[in-house]
Amino acid sequence: MWFGQKMIALYLCNHNKINHIMSGILSSSIGRKFAMAISALFLMIFLLQHFAINILSVFSPDTFNEVSHFMGTFWVIQYALQPVLIFGVVFHFVMGFVLEIKNTKARQIKYAVNNGGANSSWMSRNMIWSGLTILAFMLLHFYDFWVPEITIKFIDGDMSGLIDPNNSESGFRYLEHLQHKFVDIWRVALYVISFVFLALHLLHGFESAFQSVGANNKYTKGLKNFSKIYAIGIPAGFIFIALFHHLNQIL
Amino acid sequence: MNLTLKIWRQKNANDKGKMVDYQISDVSPDMSFLEMLDVLNNQLIEKGDSPVAFDHDCREGICGMCSLYINGEAHGPDRRVTTCQLHMRMFKDGDTIHIEPFRAKAFPIIKDLVVDRSAFDRVQHAGGFISVNTSGNTQDANSIPISKHAADKAMDAATCIGCGACVASCKNSSAMLFVSAKVSQYALLPQGQVEATDRVLNMVQQMDDEGFGNCTNTGACEVECPKGISLENIARMNREYLSASFKG
Repeated sequence: MWFGQKMIALYLCNHNKINHIMSGILSSSIGRKFAMAISALFLMIFLLQHFAINILSVFSPDTFNEVSHFMGTFWVIQYALQPVLIFGVVFHFVMGFVLEIKNTKARQIKYAVNNGGANSSWMSRNMIWSGLTILAFMLLHFYDFWVPEITIKFIDGDMSGLIDPNNSESGFRYLEHLQHKFVDIWRVALYVISFVFLALHLLHGFESAFQSVGANNKYTKGLKNFSKIYAIGIPAGFIFIALFHHLNQIL
Repeated sequence: MNLTLKIWRQKNANDKGKMVDYQISDVSPDMSFLEMLDVLNNQLIEKGDSPVAFDHDCREGICGMCSLYINGEAHGPDRRVTTCQLHMRMFKDGDTIHIEPFRAKAFPIIKDLVVDRSAFDRVQHAGGFISVNTSGNTQDANSIPISKHAADKAMDAATCIGCGACVASCKNSSAMLFVSAKVSQYALLPQGQVEATDRVLNMVQQMDDEGFGNCTNTGACEVECPKGISLENIARMNREYLSASFKG
């Protein structure tokens, strides 16, 4: 009894302390950029995982189907990790808008002449625009893939992952669904443009996230080189996947 | 050199202000930018016009008093110099030069090109100091071992002259380069450790209260800083702040 009470008291004490720290952090400029960086690092890890699965559709379609089925039906991913991912995405966008509004208010009269190109990259000055393009892309991406998946699984109640749920020989639907989406040249063009903006966003965002969490040291030069490889390599890989499936079907 | 100057004129803090064109001739390439403005002001006074108000003091690049946003850059197109050390040889005969005040909500305009940068003083007052016993038994600073590396880094941070070019150059009007330099110069030294937690929390709080924007790591401040204060300091301040937040 005594131990239980002590544990509850300790939990409440720590819970209040954590709440106090978190609210304090999110109300400060450094705290907000730290939170922005953590959500960015989380999303970049997710992006890598997403790419690793998607590239299987090119090199090993059967493995792609099996991994997709696992990701789409395993309860830990669906009910634990998926909500965390959705929170991470929403948080990153909302915090991005909050920071942009606050920053705009910090200079009410603009310069008549401002030579931003002399001291900073285009990507670093236009994160809000590359971010908005990615947001627009995500709406299309959700409409293309996430909404149909959720409808089939949780509204129609079909968790089989099969093209024809009544025919176990029909095979998984995931690759077929993906290929079907990349027939339309305009959709492929929108995907390619979006990935170019994703690369521009990452070219600043990747190294910026590390600076925000306080990592600027002897490894920074190497990290900057790695960030360029990631920022160009991953979106280029997604472009390759989209073009591969488009060309594979029309040629 | 004959030049066209487009200068921001504003009678007082409440005036709307506007860009006004001036022609100036026979400018020597060896003049400093402020000397060129002195010549312009002599001409304006002779004509009975109000001279252009601008900040200046030492004219040696060390006091941090001069400012000016020249052709879209704080302290003009040269690197690692303040406006008083910017020379007219950086411009060409026939050039049009735009001269504006440092713009930020936290730096309200007093008159023409003069802005109120006292927000920096208030940030400094919030924690940019160490408490030293001066009652007669003060410890000799030289008796405290400090590594060469830390001393060099602290000295680099301490070279910040608080001119505000970082705020003026930042697209978000963020003051983090200035505040981080002041936090770093103490955080790197043993004398600064006792008040380290309160210092960073209070200085960042004051920085936010003054209405400066959030840093988005564009790096513009580092490029335009006349003293070359590094972004490393901002990363250090981030670490200090996060660590201090969890210590409470």
